[in-house]
Amino acid sequence: MTIRSILVANRGEIAVRIIRAARALGIRTVQVHSAADADMLAVKLADAAVDIGSPAPKKSYLNIAAVVDAAKAAGVDAVHPGYGFLSENADFADAVEAAGMIFIGPKGDAIRLLGDKVAARAVAAKAGVPTVPGSAGRLSTIEEARAVAERTGFPIMIKAAAGGGGRGIRIAADLADLERHFPQASAEALAAFGDGGLYLEKVITRARHVEVQILGDGQDFIHCFERECSLQRRRQKVWEEAPSFLLPADVRTRLCDSAVALARAVGYRGAGTVEYLYDEATREFYFIEVNTRIQVEHPVTEMITGIDLVEEMIRIAGGAPLSIRQADVAAEGHAIECRINAEDPARGFMPAPGTITRLVVPEGEGIRFDTMLYEGYTIPPFYDSLVGKLIVWAETREACFARLKGALEGLVIEGIPTTIPLHLALAADDSVRRGAFDTRFLEHWLETEFAARAGATAEVA
Amino acid sequence: MSKIEIRSPLPGTFYRASSPDVPPFKADGDAVSSGDAIGLIEVMKTFQEVPAGVAGRNITFLVDNEEPVMAGQVIAEVEA
Repeated sequence: MTIRSILVANRGEIAVRIIRAARALGIRTVQVHSAADADMLAVKLADAAVDIGSPAPKKSYLNIAAVVDAAKAAGVDAVHPGYGFLSENADFADAVEAAGMIFIGPKGDAIRLLGDKVAARAVAAKAGVPTVPGSAGRLSTIEEARAVAERTGFPIMIKAAAGGGGRGIRIAADLADLERHFPQASAEALAAFGDGGLYLEKVITRARHVEVQILGDGQDFIHCFERECSLQRRRQKVWEEAPSFLLPADVRTRLCDSAVALARAVGYRGAGTVEYLYDEATREFYFIEVNTRIQVEHPVTEMITGIDLVEEMIRIAGGAPLSIRQADVAAEGHAIECRINAEDPARGFMPAPGTITRLVVPEGEGIRFDTMLYEGYTIPPFYDSLVGKLIVWAETREACFARLKGALEGLVIEGIPTTIPLHLALAADDSVRRGAFDTRFLEHWLETEFAARAGATAEVA
Repeated sequence: MSKIEIRSPLPGTFYRASSPDVPPFKADGDAVSSGDAIGLIEVMKTFQEVPAGVAGRNITFLVDNEEPVMAGQVIAEVEA
């Protein structure tokens, strides 16, 4: 069935992104919003808008009944969940389909399977994808845990099977630590998630975060190369690149092929991302998890491949086969995305909602700014601090840095503090330019290099 | 008897307790001292404590748990 209308079940910049993709396909859009978001850009751009509840996310954007009712009342053919909120909620996907509409993403069962960390690890291992050394499944006794740890070595992570997003993790440095933490971790997991199941994963101390973009239509499965997302603060990505330029060609081939094998193993439908840790010293990569949705950093992949991932996922959901074959996917040049947050880097990244008094967006070849900002817009305090993504493409990574510097300098957002100064500092940093970083780099760099820079600026001021 | 207002330093969502399964920072009618936390404000997914900022008796909350607040909005009152 061809999709003629879509309900956008999200907010912020990704809602704007989805509306633009839908419009390019000639699809009508209906935008849901909370009472706090009546003025957001996506509401202005959509063909229609529906107020679904009070500002608290659980009463609006996380309220399955409210979103499904809005979609039914609007008579749309399909629902796009964006990222975050209900995008990886299998019950939501099921509810949308049960109401006779298309969920733009995988089936509920696939979301459920890949969302269970232990099950996803097992699926990956079965598909021949290397997983982080650890337990084969859930562990119920300390004896089983001890046997696994003796095989893999320490330090080791004790993880809740029902956890995720960095929650429910303890690290054991040695056997005594493991024996002390294991029963506590199980009790905690039971209290927090209603499931005391645990599993173990060895800590990969120095690793890059590398992830592969996949697309599937249930029959054919392709990758759109990889992204490098090691620059993170508190497990949140800050700066992303495509490709992961230091990856050896043979490793890239194995990595991307493994993601396609995993997609094929589950008959994947839609756009997804397979996340890995990559150990540069041993040239080994390890599966972490699959995200069954569009990702914040998808534009860097679009910039190097020329594929519109959001349009493609809408077409697939409408029943069309993949519009591209693997042989047609070519990566060209280099792209970097800077997440622009309403946070004050000079005050410990304190979030700072407020009103935009002036906005100047840089333009030019290879420059893209995905945002929900406009002059006069007041950012509400109830949601994520992401206000835009500056994405820059150039023929080489070096040229990309030069273009990025100019674009960051040309981007003017007044009325709120933003993370633009952080990105200017990163773009000028020698280690970042050389690509000499891992997932632990940024937090240390913020405490040392960036703090020193901020101190020097304060003295001059 | 004079009343002293305690205002939210930030816009966001007000919480009476640090998590749903623990008692509130202050029960209605409690006395507070200046450094006591009376609640949390969630602003863009981060949590900031709201200090009483004043000492007083018999606190009365004017904002319910999990309600949105504006910066400068009166959250509670105490008797001097």
